[in-house]
Amino acid sequence: MTAFIISICTAAIVYAVSILYAAIGEIFTQRAGIMNLGIEGIMLMGAVSGFLTVYSTNSLKLALLMVILVGALLGLIFAFFTVTLRADQTVCGMAFLIFGSGLSGFIGKNVTGIASAVTFEKIEIPLLSQIPVIGDIFFKQDILVYLMYLIVPLSMFYIYKTKPGMILRALGENPAALDAAGINIFFLRYAYVMFGCAMAAISGACISLSYTNFWNEGMTGGKGWIAFSLVAFSRWNPVGAVLGALLFGGISIIGINMQIYLPGIPSQFYSMLPYVATVAALIITTGSFRRKHTEEPAALCQSYDRENR
Amino acid sequence: MIIGAIQIEKKHMVPLRDKILNPIVFVLLGLTFSSILIIAVGFNPIKVFSKMISYSFLNLRGINGSIRAGLPLMFCGISVSIAFKMNLNNIGAEGQYAMGAILGGAFALFGPELPFSVRLIVMFLLCAAGGALKAYWNVNKTIVSLMLNYVALLFMDYLCYGPWMAKNQTTAISESIPKGMYLPNIGNTGINTGIIAAIIIAILLYIFFRHTTVGYQVGVIRNSLKSAEYAGINVKKYILIVMGLSGTIAGLAGFVQITGVVHRVQAQLPSGSGYTGIVIAYLSQFNPIVVIIVSVLFGGMENSSAAVQIMGVPSQIATMLQGSIMVFVIAGEFFNHYKVTLNRSNRGKNRNNRGENRINKENHRKVRGVA
Repeated sequence: MTAFIISICTAAIVYAVSILYAAIGEIFTQRAGIMNLGIEGIMLMGAVSGFLTVYSTNSLKLALLMVILVGALLGLIFAFFTVTLRADQTVCGMAFLIFGSGLSGFIGKNVTGIASAVTFEKIEIPLLSQIPVIGDIFFKQDILVYLMYLIVPLSMFYIYKTKPGMILRALGENPAALDAAGINIFFLRYAYVMFGCAMAAISGACISLSYTNFWNEGMTGGKGWIAFSLVAFSRWNPVGAVLGALLFGGISIIGINMQIYLPGIPSQFYSMLPYVATVAALIITTGSFRRKHTEEPAALCQSYDRENR
Repeated sequence: MIIGAIQIEKKHMVPLRDKILNPIVFVLLGLTFSSILIIAVGFNPIKVFSKMISYSFLNLRGINGSIRAGLPLMFCGISVSIAFKMNLNNIGAEGQYAMGAILGGAFALFGPELPFSVRLIVMFLLCAAGGALKAYWNVNKTIVSLMLNYVALLFMDYLCYGPWMAKNQTTAISESIPKGMYLPNIGNTGINTGIIAAIIIAILLYIFFRHTTVGYQVGVIRNSLKSAEYAGINVKKYILIVMGLSGTIAGLAGFVQITGVVHRVQAQLPSGSGYTGIVIAYLSQFNPIVVIIVSVLFGGMENSSAAVQIMGVPSQIATMLQGSIMVFVIAGEFFNHYKVTLNRSNRGKNRNNRGENRINKENHRKVRGVA
């Protein structure tokens, strides 16, 4: 029984981490006042570029670098559209979703379904992994998970305790005030959008290089959307995102396992679980009957135009 | 705004010439960009494009195929367009399509013995109801409608893999619907009558939004929510009306797809049409009549992706093309609203401006220093 619980918890953490990168990236992007709906497309691009690099070079470091570059490049284009050209952010996000899923399928066609030779290996951390149960769950993971252990406290510290973090929070609330204070908000928005997209791309790489070891068209299967909804669910707070990701991770993994133990119910209903859970969670946490005041950045989704002040 | 030698000015009126020319130029730029990607994968883009065009637009059979593939896209595109008339984003079109197909399909497959014309009408209404139902359920909540898309699609998967699966079949498709419920072709041309339905709906909607009180009030809400509220327009009611209408039409996409094209219910029937509908609506500037033309072009693109697959080009080329076209057209939208000019004579002015900026920055520094 313990072994069963450990296996479920371990898998839930891997699942959670694979959406957390995107969710935390999107928290930064949205706090900067830009809504990137195209996470799913960018995740797919990250997944395919990472897989293609590993497939041709067998180097995971190179793959991670490539994934970050591809993500940042897509972020640069997205920022150019939404910050400089002031395009509608929802439409732009949808365009990136379609573009990303089409292009990833197009360039990844020849490697579909082939297993890669290397993936991110599980590393046991000495001493810590010896702790019963907890060690098995938390400290026998791969490097992407350990990185996440660092990213969460760092991002909390950055957003709430540093000066750039304060500027970031103001960026999504009142960009005009920051502009008047002489802060280059256009540069900052570019930077945060690129950061968010690079993180989303890493999320994709988690799926193709750690969660599984192959590439398949549309393999993210809606995880980008779950990451997107986690942002509202977490009320733009990284720790909230962790809790949400663990909840969804747990529900999905339990769903997959239930399929084995309770085969009477068609598998599609288990696959629906994370989506239904997301809807339920959103209704509970952000439903209008709960509170009038949401923590949504006031300037979210509004492009900043100096001449329109 | 002046950046270096580039001057950006806001346009107050968009001339019709720009409105038409602009998307065309940026569609071509999008195609150029995709050509680079096609070359990168190792194919000759001119050969690929000419093959696609000759396959789907240069002969009657191809045109028929394009129209047939474009049918569900038309309905999804119109659906998204009318939602946008009130600045609502109907991202749930995909799921509304699925729900329409499920309800309509259930009636077509297991409905009572009635004259076929009556059955067709009931199915039409059920498809519409399915779409509208889903639209009502998630009014104005982007993410909820997205999640429900997946739920609707998975439910459809369940039906097609489970209780509805045809006997002696290994793929997830249902039995054929009765022959009498097939949408007929126009005369001997082989063109499906679904397109006539789409055209009628587009014209009706055009009149509805142009010449009725409801349409006028929707326009007021789009242009200024505050004015609408001050004028006593019940915004919530209109959100329900417009989303319901939008969902109804997306549900009808399921109707034409089942009765006009595939003649059965199958898993993953919408296959992204709801999302493509957003691209189409945007490209057509939310004009339902233009949506029909663009949908046929997109249908042709999807149709011919199978033809170029023989050359070894991945069939995902259609989605890739649609995505890059949309990305470029969005970029082009900027030039509809702003006039960009290279300005050499204003150099002196620029320098002055820069000087001012420098002074401003110094002031800011001082202010911040004090603070």
